[in-house]
Amino acid sequence: MGFTVTTADSASTLLRVEHVSKRFGATQALHQVSLQLRQGEIHGFAGENGAGKSTLAKIISGLYQQDSGDIYVDGEIVTKWDTARAQRRGVVLIAQELSLVPEMSVAQNVFLGIESNKLGVLSNDLQERYQRLEESFGFGLDPKMRLGSLSIAERQKVEIMRALARDARIIIMDEPTSSLTADEVDKLHAIIKKLKSQGRTIIYVTHFLESLLEICDRVTVMRDGQLVKTSDAKDETKVSIVESMLGRSLSHTFPERSVGVDVSMAPKLELRNVSTQTGVRNVSLTVRSGEIVGLAGLVGSGRTEIARAIFGVDPILAGEILIDGKPYDRRSPRQSVEQGIAFIPEERRAQGLVMVRSVKENISLPHLRSISVGKVLRRRRETVRAKELVAEVSINPPRVAATVSDFSGGNQQKVLFAKWLMGDPSLIILDEPTRGVDIGAKVTIYEIIAELARRGAAILLISSEHTEVLELSNRVHLVRSGSIVGELDPTVSNVDDLLFKLFGLENEILEGR
Amino acid sequence: MADTNQGQSLSAYSSERELSKADKVIMFLREYAVLILLVALFVALSFASDSFFSLANILNILNQQTPLAIIAVAGTMVIISGGFDLSTGAIFAVANVLAAWMAVHLGSVTLGLALTPLIGLILGSINGLIVTRLKIHSFLATLASSLAYRAIAVLITGGALISVADPHFATLGREKFLGVFWAIYVLAAFVLIAGFLLNRTTYGRYVFAIGGNPEAAELSGIAVDRVRVMVFGFSGLAAGLASAIAVSRVASGQPLAGTGIELQAIAAIILGGTSIYGGMGAIWRSLGGVYLIALIGNGFNLMNVNPLFKDLVTGVIILLAVAISASERKRR
Repeated sequence: MGFTVTTADSASTLLRVEHVSKRFGATQALHQVSLQLRQGEIHGFAGENGAGKSTLAKIISGLYQQDSGDIYVDGEIVTKWDTARAQRRGVVLIAQELSLVPEMSVAQNVFLGIESNKLGVLSNDLQERYQRLEESFGFGLDPKMRLGSLSIAERQKVEIMRALARDARIIIMDEPTSSLTADEVDKLHAIIKKLKSQGRTIIYVTHFLESLLEICDRVTVMRDGQLVKTSDAKDETKVSIVESMLGRSLSHTFPERSVGVDVSMAPKLELRNVSTQTGVRNVSLTVRSGEIVGLAGLVGSGRTEIARAIFGVDPILAGEILIDGKPYDRRSPRQSVEQGIAFIPEERRAQGLVMVRSVKENISLPHLRSISVGKVLRRRRETVRAKELVAEVSINPPRVAATVSDFSGGNQQKVLFAKWLMGDPSLIILDEPTRGVDIGAKVTIYEIIAELARRGAAILLISSEHTEVLELSNRVHLVRSGSIVGELDPTVSNVDDLLFKLFGLENEILEGR
Repeated sequence: MADTNQGQSLSAYSSERELSKADKVIMFLREYAVLILLVALFVALSFASDSFFSLANILNILNQQTPLAIIAVAGTMVIISGGFDLSTGAIFAVANVLAAWMAVHLGSVTLGLALTPLIGLILGSINGLIVTRLKIHSFLATLASSLAYRAIAVLITGGALISVADPHFATLGREKFLGVFWAIYVLAAFVLIAGFLLNRTTYGRYVFAIGGNPEAAELSGIAVDRVRVMVFGFSGLAAGLASAIAVSRVASGQPLAGTGIELQAIAAIILGGTSIYGGMGAIWRSLGGVYLIALIGNGFNLMNVNPLFKDLVTGVIILLAVAISASERKRR
């Protein structure tokens, strides 16, 4: 059926795209991209945000349709490629934002859309089918659990089972690890390897180059909508990939650590035995002006909750919070803004920015009083200030009137920094300040953080990227289950020390039982 | 949804590259769709009907729609803030009968009409408090409060009409000043005030922010609940003001007045292109929506077409408008 086009190594080629281009309005998201996927390979897509790697993945999965170019499956050209047809041919996308129904059970989610039915009436074989799937590829999930009660890592397993239930030959994972903790990532990698050993092909789209090099057979690097290269992972290094991504060579990543803290003054921030309803237990810490204090720990260890308590989002049950040595009791976000406290929350889109509004409106939002007379805005003053700040954090292009959602993740994160810099804060709480941003933007953000400390701001840095915490901080606290369980001198410690303290001891204790 | 990420990847390019001419034209058409349709229909009707293009007819159309326009203008803020106000029709009715009641029983025509915005403000603020204090979605909260408010209106009159004999009562709704209806002046003033509030004040900026992302607004130190109460209070005030014009026009308070006007207002707002998801929108859009629907109606009257077709056509046009804005959303 159909006609086939002969190519060099079509023997093991499962799917290939040829000269695929895609525009979104004025944007050329993909330009003449050609790629072959082999059976049983783990194929990584790397590139900065906006490079086109997600778009390419979505075209392969049928979620987007290309403007020009062709897709071949099993050597045969496909027309009218959409998600339903793609799934029938065994191509399944596991998206960045998981597409599951929280109110339904695990089994219902796995078979959503492919339920057995007779004339539209559901057959009663859901458990049976689930069991069969579980036997061939078990994760040990309870099929009756409500999906909403599972962790993100578990939901991802449900997504994978969902793909397997459709007998997927090509599984596309778009940023699967962005919300996972380190050992969850390891488990996911084990699963991916198992999928590979069954002869399935995996497309692995990620920002994390270590992961990419660790598990991929081949790597495709994208830049500005074009494919830079596809090569064997064993021939690549982190540096070689980053340089291809950026199109230039990379200098050092982390800025000089700030030094010299004035110990005679009262600390900018002090927590004394703080506990909250949200799970913070008896936390004491200090942050001095000019100092970066890191909070390392796993996702869900209570670091964010500490930040929220300080900023006045959540109330505290016990203990005391002091600013400049004075009790800060009537806490609220509003009060915190007035006190010169800045809070960059972990979820940029959900908590940080008003995505549908312009850059300048986002920047000025907490500080409207400083640019208005009475309640009346001075819009020219706002634009001038916004332009200064956009230059300061080097948002490129510096268009303050453009909508935030039109910018890349890295630029969006810089908008978030600009927003809080406008108030000239003396205490800055950063929760995952570089999550989901590309390497170029990361370097800029590190420089901004170091510069803020140099100018005398007190900084509390929460990050799940252990290198980041170690390289930027003057002191690092380890957080587990809402408590501070240790401290580390980052100048003499490395990631292994940190991991040992976070997991190692704990595992030994568990094994000892 | 799944496209949120795409929004990001547009960026790097869309800013670097100049937009092509075709893209600019498409963007212009989308942006000003409601005005373009309005002008097109206006021109078409001017040619199709001899009686359409006259100062008297145009003033009449403007005047007739003033109550709906006032409600839609304030309703725009509610929708931008991420809420819905389904109680404006009922608030309209309460203000309506109270204005007539006061005119009859207190003998003061002016007092009755002047107090309507205040009555609306109070009822609207109650909506705001229900939404923020009891944390009930505004759609449900105002649906429930509209039943209660409507019942109050009926209780006040015992279900009957309250006719006002004093001819001064009808001035606001029927008379002209310098050749233009009083109501049009009221609308113009209200639009200017609302536009100033929304676009030039911190309050307006907060309205956009809480509609676009309430959590980010809260974490930016904005008193989100207070802004919400103000938005609903303002919407109630507008319903009261609109009601003053309407009650004056017919010179009698009617407990069933304004039935369905809340949905007409929302339809006009959406037709104008204000996003139902909050965070985006403009007052001029809603005015465009109100008068586009009015022109459709007027056209059908002038051309003697079965009025049932009017609703059919209006419905289809609203659907098209929503479809266009949905496709825009997907593209982002």
